[in-house]
Amino acid sequence: MAGEIRGGFNFENCNRNALLEKDGLKPPKALKTGTTICGIVYKDGVILGADTRATEDTIVADKNCAKIHYIAPNMYCCGAGTAADTEYVTNLISAKLELHSLNTGRQAPVVSACRMLKQLLFRYQGYVSAALVLGGVDYTGPHLYTIHPHGSTDKLPFVTMGSGSLAAMSVFESRYTPNMEVEEGKALVRDAIAAGIFNDLGSGSNIDICVITREGVEYLRPYDVANKKGVRQGQYKYRRGTTG
Amino acid sequence: MAARYSLEGKELPSLLPKQKPLSETKVKEGHYGPVPDTLRQGFSSVQNDLSCSHPLEYSERNYLQVQDKRDMMMLRDIQGLHAPLKLQLERSLASQKQRLPCLPSSMVALETLLGFDTTIDFDDFLNDPYDSEIARDVHSVMENQ
Repeated sequence: MAGEIRGGFNFENCNRNALLEKDGLKPPKALKTGTTICGIVYKDGVILGADTRATEDTIVADKNCAKIHYIAPNMYCCGAGTAADTEYVTNLISAKLELHSLNTGRQAPVVSACRMLKQLLFRYQGYVSAALVLGGVDYTGPHLYTIHPHGSTDKLPFVTMGSGSLAAMSVFESRYTPNMEVEEGKALVRDAIAAGIFNDLGSGSNIDICVITREGVEYLRPYDVANKKGVRQGQYKYRRGTTG
Repeated sequence: MAARYSLEGKELPSLLPKQKPLSETKVKEGHYGPVPDTLRQGFSSVQNDLSCSHPLEYSERNYLQVQDKRDMMMLRDIQGLHAPLKLQLERSLASQKQRLPCLPSSMVALETLLGFDTTIDFDDFLNDPYDSEIARDVHSVMENQ
């Protein structure tokens, strides 16, 4: 263990980069990310929601990207922040959890996924920029957590994350009630994400929803196309033989 | 409990230790002994060796050791000195059987003892030394043994 060469993150170029920066080279700036993700606990489980826009600063990089990631058959996780970081962190935790449940011979509870995530993110001190909403149903019932990039977590009945979280939270705070029905809950999550999509420039396009119950998972992608592309009114092609 | 730790001066080490300023650095040894191997390893820079360039570098380099030290200290306080001694004996036995120094040893027994076989981490798939394209020079490594 000690003295053994291990893999992981490589800091080899940091000294060189710091030196180049001191000599006046402009380093590439961190790009602005933007997302709206949210989740609620309803009567029979958890509903997660996300928008589908991926931004690179002022450019929309992807109009329909998936932000609700698989963790386990009874657990999904929405990710905000650097897309690659959320993708890899959720993949890694998914693998860890699978190994854990194979080892213990039972389904892993949501709280262990939450703890694994927070310990991992705390270890990297916020340099792994993943802000997550973890939701799932296990033998103790439905659970919903938010995990901040530095490793702090909250367990709440309704949560939002990302740059559109304020808009989404305002919808939840005015309309959330405990023990909601499925359709009611889906509509609320849809409206919360739509509030993010229409009021936050970092969020946009469609609304994805994932409903997790004790019976199984219903992944709706897209649940709602919030921004329908307009249809051209006229025909602008020249008719055949116009120039002939 | 916390008061007892501080009274006896046996505080548990922080999980993410900050780097203390180093005062000395060692010359990197080459394959053939204490002489630095400039052609293979490049010029050494004392300044680079003394400072870490990234805030995470130091804690990442020592993460497993620090965690292990914490575990052993807690184990000693709970069960007595025999427990960490026994574990360390097991580990040193498991890490003795190795392949030739130029080949990576699988260390499967040690990994089982440490619990690395039941988990996966960034170091298992990012920059894995087993995937390294640079083969070490068999003869020089064996001569140095």
